[in-house]
Amino acid sequence: MTAAALEIGSSRTVVLVDGLTRTRIVQYAGASGDFNPLHTDETYAKEVAKSPGVFAHGMLTMGMAARAVTDWIGEEQLTGIGVRFTSQVWPGDKLTATVTVTDLSDGQARFELTTTNQDGVVVLAGTASGRVEA
Amino acid sequence: MTVQRFPIEAGQVLVFRRALGHADAERGADTSSDALVPATFVQASAHFDPDYILRPRPGTPWFGSGRDAGSVPAGGGGLHAEQHYEFHQPVRVGMVLSATERKGRTWQKTGRSGTLQFSEWITEYVDADGLPVVTATSVGVQQQHTTEAAR
Repeated sequence: MTAAALEIGSSRTVVLVDGLTRTRIVQYAGASGDFNPLHTDETYAKEVAKSPGVFAHGMLTMGMAARAVTDWIGEEQLTGIGVRFTSQVWPGDKLTATVTVTDLSDGQARFELTTTNQDGVVVLAGTASGRVEA
Repeated sequence: MTVQRFPIEAGQVLVFRRALGHADAERGADTSSDALVPATFVQASAHFDPDYILRPRPGTPWFGSGRDAGSVPAGGGGLHAEQHYEFHQPVRVGMVLSATERKGRTWQKTGRSGTLQFSEWITEYVDADGLPVVTATSVGVQQQHTTEAAR
């Protein structure tokens, strides 16, 4: 991607998932190797962890959110990404990511990245960077 | 975490892409490909960490539910607060990585409900020639409630 194809302030919004399922969380557990029962075991989550129920791995949300960046600039161009997990993601949630260009300099594009749930609560916030051609 | 050998396998990338909801999850599933992996794929190195505590292992009690509801593991109760990746070169199917982990910074934040204790862990992934591939920084947080902190 060239710098000319991006403008500071331009953004894109992507629905990452609409109605997150417990099965999807289990899929991520198997793929990543993180079998923490807090994410996959309703009995454990409620009775031992005293959680309202299982909730998604933060890394599942991050992995989906990263797609919003790499689908835009290309996987090979990504040089960095960093996020804070600001709220938990529950089964049934609809997640929407917004990526905004914040800087274009030194052959790099820098982005702000947020993901919100169906209630407008920010569940993930961070930044990303990628190489761009002049 | 120390991972001596983390082969980037097409089948593993396929299931990882499916879990993340990639519409083109099967892209690169042909093992002749050197397809790129999703940005967060190195998390799957947990499968190759012999000491990873969040994976059931034969002969070792698992802390999740079975006949009973399970129990909190020693040192458990923390949450994943942040994750950062710096990519030095693209990760592709066919590479064999290794990883070493070291402790990073620690810090505290105190609020009305108690103190939050943050700990950073840095994992360096290198390729078969020892060249840097990905630097991953994970931040965990443990809450120390005011009543506990007063003990």
